[in-house]
Amino acid sequence: MSQMPQYSAPIKPYSSTNSSIRAELSEIDASLRVSSLFFITSAIFWLMAGTILALIAAIKLHEPSFAAGSELTTFGRMRSAHMNAMALGFGNNMIFAVCTWIMARLCRTPIRHGGLLLIAGSFWNLGLTVGIAGIIKGDITSVEWLEIPKYATPLLAISYVLIGVWGIMAFRFRKGEHVYVSQWYFLGALFWFPWLYIVAQVMIIWVPAQGVVQSVTNWWYAHNYLGLWLTPMALGTAYYLIPKVLGRPIYSYYLSVLGFWSLAIFYNWAGVHHLIGGPVPVWLLSAGIVASVMMVIPVIVVAINHHLTLIGSRLNWWKSPTLRFVVFGAVNYTLVSIIGSTMALRTVNMTTHFTHFTVGHAHHGVYGFFAMIMFGGVYYMMPRVLNREWPSATLIRVHFWMCALGILLMVFALQICGWIQGTQMNDAINYPDFLEIVKSTRPYMIIRSISGVMLMIGHLAFGLNFFWMLFSASAHRVQKEGPTLLISKKEVIKT
Amino acid sequence: MNNLPLLFCGIFFTLAFSFTGIVLTSHLQFGNLTLSTEELEDDGDGNLVMVEGDPMYPRLEGGVALQGKQVYIEMGCIYCHSQQLRRESHGADMDRGWGPRASVVRDYITQKRVLLGTMRTGPDLTNVGGRLQGDAGRDWHHKHLYNPQITSKGSIMPPFAFLYSLQKVDGDPSENAISIPADSEYALDPGYEIIPTRRAVALVEYLLSLKIDYSLPEAPILE
Repeated sequence: MSQMPQYSAPIKPYSSTNSSIRAELSEIDASLRVSSLFFITSAIFWLMAGTILALIAAIKLHEPSFAAGSELTTFGRMRSAHMNAMALGFGNNMIFAVCTWIMARLCRTPIRHGGLLLIAGSFWNLGLTVGIAGIIKGDITSVEWLEIPKYATPLLAISYVLIGVWGIMAFRFRKGEHVYVSQWYFLGALFWFPWLYIVAQVMIIWVPAQGVVQSVTNWWYAHNYLGLWLTPMALGTAYYLIPKVLGRPIYSYYLSVLGFWSLAIFYNWAGVHHLIGGPVPVWLLSAGIVASVMMVIPVIVVAINHHLTLIGSRLNWWKSPTLRFVVFGAVNYTLVSIIGSTMALRTVNMTTHFTHFTVGHAHHGVYGFFAMIMFGGVYYMMPRVLNREWPSATLIRVHFWMCALGILLMVFALQICGWIQGTQMNDAINYPDFLEIVKSTRPYMIIRSISGVMLMIGHLAFGLNFFWMLFSASAHRVQKEGPTLLISKKEVIKT
Repeated sequence: MNNLPLLFCGIFFTLAFSFTGIVLTSHLQFGNLTLSTEELEDDGDGNLVMVEGDPMYPRLEGGVALQGKQVYIEMGCIYCHSQQLRRESHGADMDRGWGPRASVVRDYITQKRVLLGTMRTGPDLTNVGGRLQGDAGRDWHHKHLYNPQITSKGSIMPPFAFLYSLQKVDGDPSENAISIPADSEYALDPGYEIIPTRRAVALVEYLLSLKIDYSLPEAPILE
């Protein structure tokens, strides 16, 4: 059993009492201070813009005459601008901030030439602003997940590569022998995303492939944007934060190897399940369905590792703002993945395809899982980078409850709506009039808008707390009062 | 896991695997399909085969309809309307009369941008030109685009009134004015009329051009 220690306690991602290691970490934190502030600030701006665009699109689905006077605000453009602002603006900026930082810490190396990272980041946000303005102006491509017009995408691709190189550079100059599970996920994702993006751009937009080869490539890209980019980044973040905050190792380090490789092998075949029943060879769909079902393996592995690490921690995770978000995200990862595998089955897909069920599922994954874990990452990271504490525990609570309840309400509303919609759509005898099906979605669309308002309140609380922390005069509170925790006044007195 | 060459190879080959399997193999398998000829004949074994002849189907994109497709793309119609018909017994697309047969790979080979769509907030449009035809269809589309409530009360489709211009009737009413019945609650003030812009005309021509009215060897329309 001489092999076992290597798996069971390979590194200690939790806080060290060794002062030289702590000094090293603060040097790394300092090297990323400016760039991570820039990325998080950008992410918050995109989050606000994306939320407003989302609300406009959501209201249009029950009040079609709302903001209908101009083609700039028509549904197709608002919805696409929302999606790109969230995925590429909020999502990627968050990843650039949180995952680069975790990568640097795990590699125990300060980031060199942070100024160049800042320039690359500015071009990313510039390219995205041009792209989203282009969508609203009418240069939208109408290719799902790739709506940004041709003139903005090369800039996005180049600036992405420049940013991604930083993660790889940190890895290249790492100290210490061991490579932790988060680092595999980050490395994989940093490498996968540009490949996916460039192939999809070339085969769909620049040199269009013939016919539905485009659609197949489209869904290979779009599903992998979630599966091989957002998912590994969020899982790597959770793998870092859970043991770090709780101060105990991952339940089974050995299993995480299995989890990583099964995700890498199966996830990237799953995307074609978005075309089930469509004009695509059946073997391709079957392969996609098999891969979607096989995704149960990495999901169960990650569930065991994340959830069993938490068990017995006497609700410590509930008091930590970081872990409260991360655990919510991790639980939803398990749920959304199991639902996703089920939706890929032909008989289930027959009902859920083409309905709001899929829209609910997408929000469940990207928001309930990815965004919530990233919020947790920011709550952990900012005090260390700025050497300040979050000024208001109440605002953190508002953020958590509004976003957690908001997203659950949205997912319930959309998936119930989608199931009814799909059942009626497949029943031409009892529901021959399509307009009746359209009308039956309306109450759920109203609930979805309400959930959107809840999310907006949560985001405002988050943004307010962040800028308050950034601009407040009372710096270095961290030494005096300790970290901001989500505990009641009674407990404060006890401690 | 500290074996880094293995880690890098793994990261590379996992994506290379699906890229080859999904993207490249699709391209090789059906990236070079050709147009069908008009005539299909039974080869004696019960298979329909293409006879030598001029390539006919699917029709090439072009003209005003292609300009209309650009409007369809710009307005993001794809986010609520699909253009793919599922086969009999997998969903009710055929039972709804949305089209005469399921759509197949070859139906899309002439399209520079394929707009399959994955959402049906509104109905499928693969064969909308077969359902609404000629002047009656054109008239319906214009009214519906101008304000969906005129033709489909309670619809949640956004109005595209900005593709139309409201103007004073100058002498005789214009020939291309949209006909809204005078007793409708959406009737115009007397002396006014609504004229479609060129983009609205093109969009409607595109919708009228969306038709599955031809058989393919792999997907014949059964009488």
